[in-house]
Amino acid sequence: MTALSFPSETLTRTGNLNLVPVPPLSDADRKGLTKKEVAADHPTWCPGCGDFSVLALYFKLIEKRKMHHEKITTVAGIGCSSRFPYFVQAHGAHFIHGRALPFASGVSLSRPDLHVFVFGGDGDAFSIGGNHFTHTARKNVKLTYCVMDNWVYGLTKNQTSPTSPLGYKSKTDVWGSGDRPINPMKQAIAAGATFVARTTHTNPNHVLQMMEAAMDHDGFSFIECLSECTEFYPGAFDGTNPRKGGQFPLVPADHDVTDEYAAYKLAEELMPGKFGILYKVNRPTKNANEAKIVSTNREKFAALPDWQILQKNFDRMK
Amino acid sequence: MSDTTTATAPADGTPQVSHISEAVIRIAGNSQDGIQAIGGFLARLAGRSEQEVMTFMTIPSTISGGPSIFQVRIGSGEVLSAGDEADMLLCFYQHSYEAHLGSLKPGGIVLYDSDHVSEINPENLSKYRHIGLPISSLVVEATGGTGREKGKNVYSLGLIAKMFNLDVPKLHRLLGERFAGKDPKVAETAIAAFNGGYSHTLATAAELFKFKPGENVGLNQIVMGGNEALAYGLIAAGVRFGAGYPITPWSDIMELLRKELPKYGGSFMQTEDEIAAVSMAIGASWGGRVAVTGSSGPGISLKTEAIGWAVMAEIPLVVVDVQRGGPSTGMPTNVEQSDLNIACFGGHGDSPRVVIAPSSVEDCFYTAIEAVNIARKYSTPVIILTDQGIASRIEAFPMPDLEKICQDISPDLTPVADHKPYDLAATDGITRHLAPGTRVASGKYPVVTGLEHDELGHPTGSPKLHVQMTAKRRNKIKKLGADLPTPDVFGPPEGQVLLVSWGSSKGPVQEAVKQARAAGDAISGLHIKYINPLPNGLEKIFEAFSHVFVVELNDEGFYGYGQLGAVLRARYCDPKIRGLNKVDGLTWKIREILDRVKAMTK
Repeated sequence: MTALSFPSETLTRTGNLNLVPVPPLSDADRKGLTKKEVAADHPTWCPGCGDFSVLALYFKLIEKRKMHHEKITTVAGIGCSSRFPYFVQAHGAHFIHGRALPFASGVSLSRPDLHVFVFGGDGDAFSIGGNHFTHTARKNVKLTYCVMDNWVYGLTKNQTSPTSPLGYKSKTDVWGSGDRPINPMKQAIAAGATFVARTTHTNPNHVLQMMEAAMDHDGFSFIECLSECTEFYPGAFDGTNPRKGGQFPLVPADHDVTDEYAAYKLAEELMPGKFGILYKVNRPTKNANEAKIVSTNREKFAALPDWQILQKNFDRMK
Repeated sequence: MSDTTTATAPADGTPQVSHISEAVIRIAGNSQDGIQAIGGFLARLAGRSEQEVMTFMTIPSTISGGPSIFQVRIGSGEVLSAGDEADMLLCFYQHSYEAHLGSLKPGGIVLYDSDHVSEINPENLSKYRHIGLPISSLVVEATGGTGREKGKNVYSLGLIAKMFNLDVPKLHRLLGERFAGKDPKVAETAIAAFNGGYSHTLATAAELFKFKPGENVGLNQIVMGGNEALAYGLIAAGVRFGAGYPITPWSDIMELLRKELPKYGGSFMQTEDEIAAVSMAIGASWGGRVAVTGSSGPGISLKTEAIGWAVMAEIPLVVVDVQRGGPSTGMPTNVEQSDLNIACFGGHGDSPRVVIAPSSVEDCFYTAIEAVNIARKYSTPVIILTDQGIASRIEAFPMPDLEKICQDISPDLTPVADHKPYDLAATDGITRHLAPGTRVASGKYPVVTGLEHDELGHPTGSPKLHVQMTAKRRNKIKKLGADLPTPDVFGPPEGQVLLVSWGSSKGPVQEAVKQARAAGDAISGLHIKYINPLPNGLEKIFEAFSHVFVVELNDEGFYGYGQLGAVLRARYCDPKIRGLNKVDGLTWKIREILDRVKAMTK
């Protein structure tokens, strides 16, 4: 046998946890988490930014649903809103631009004990990460994706975003944008997302409602949360804010959320559009499909240690 | 066909039998002829016969119809390379006859299907021993079938078995295993085709051959390809999650992992693109268990940004790069070692990572395990730099002690009192991550990020921290460099020429050294497995030689050093280090290396 220069014996399982171990907590022992305990860095967002509201409601969700502190898993890509994980005192990852969904899928598919929340903006979701949005939705990976849509690139200071409306004047379209904007709802429904909801930062109760419903959904749950960029696109969503003379029309009570075409129809209405769950169906998740493949395969090797399963293959190659 | 001895004249009128210690057999036809299957049978048979075996195979870039060859070198002793020239050529068509006759040794045997090969240049008749058989018609006779073109591979295997006195019961068993689970008629037809070939008298052959007893008698050997060995190594190492996107020649690895991992409770994801694949693997690694991704050629370029993130966040990860000819789409089915630069330096910013290159099929298995362990120990991405040459060849090697080798690396979620992953005061200077789901009693949870960060992972713009963290990321890899074993010199530790190899060039270089030394030249070899960082102590080895030639399958570059050569030059500033490079898409021939050495030392 070839000697390994780095044998496993010298390593602990996930690294050197020469730390004082403490006993795990039971559900009954879980203490409430105060806002102070779940808040970490002070947000870098501008005063009045809609993202504050989403963060505050995430904290509320954590407490309302009595999540265990260590199980809170927050993932983001790049953008103003994507700095989210730094502001949450919990396990979190701030990944590269546009790739938060595949990263989070890796967590979700390998760690079924965690429910991953992914936060991001419209550029991250629909421009650089557009391909991943489509495929994560189609595969129905179990996780919640909350896109704070502000119709503009804020972190890089006012360039056109994939959701900027026609005619929007930015630093990269001084004459006004000429590219047809993406409709996130239609995009999600067409891609095969199994939970598609729309909300806005000015209605906190509704945001929380949508987050809770998304978290309870077994599959890829997508929330578009309109979130105003007070710096570069002030007033973008006034039309959805009754306090500013706008309207907040809910998805009609008789809407069938399992009707793809009806959902698509609702998604066509732009401003103010409809708020609530436009589409929700149950389809086997990627997680469940994989688990099924695993259990079918495992049955054949019941109780065999891993090395013996491998030995069976190797014996055939003699 | 070295060491031909004792020609015994048989009494039954068949040709005389010569005893040989090794043979190089090349089979040429079209890709749908099942040529790889014959090669596989021969390789597997040799493995079971306690003979070391090495094969060299090319696959056509087109899916079918293109020229396809398989070269198998069977030896009773140690076989280090595919062999420069063939002792025997089996060709099914006129085009395969013409294209491959030149690969035959003078006086070598060409066995051809006379149903398809009709034009023989009389000049060739004096150079090579020709045996023409109407193989296509004979197959129909033997199997009683009508599918002329089917079964001629197995029929030919019978002919080869006859010619080289191969173990028929073992071949029968292999055929049975190959067709197990299919319609029993298929196996019966195959055996009939094989027996048809084997019972042919080959009366027109000048001689038949018999291998001398092997040196490895009693060894428990297995036979597989390089990509297979690498994938199984990852499984043995405890990897249970991976993600990839199909690209040649990496695809074999992802296909095998996709099929096999569920048996071990794991899974492998086919993603929408290369970037998603590396991102998903990094996510799973952060989830607590080292995950794998991989690719070839352009796919590696696409993954570089995410690999840079894993360097910054110090996440363990294994990336397999099965190199092929580049740049861009390049030569997808040819061998090249031109990804060393991107593996070591790909990406923006200072991003130190580990690169290891396996040198043989067996080494693929063990390198995969080492890569996982280095990733865990140093909390870093590790790139396994293999190549098309190893990926698609089949070798026999001793059965690994799986009970001892297989590792459990499942996540450890034991709660901790407090933790700073990027602790600057850590005595070993190495980052340790907590998998999400691990409770931290102090209530202070770490984050991982691509931004420069403080000890808990929170972003910082502090110049001081950037300096400290950059040094931390560099120093842990330097520490690995100090822990690496200094490679042994192959041959005497001093002399005129030192041939430095990496990756699949190890075998040809060592064989070249053996041949040169037998001819009285003071040539030694040095194989470097750990490419980035390099082990310490190489300068001491270089000191004892007048020339140091770095043998690489990549371009000599602007300054004439090749890719590893340039790294060695940069580190040792030694003008005697020079490049011995080529990019013809083929593995090294021994003669090529020795001719170049001769020219360079003139």
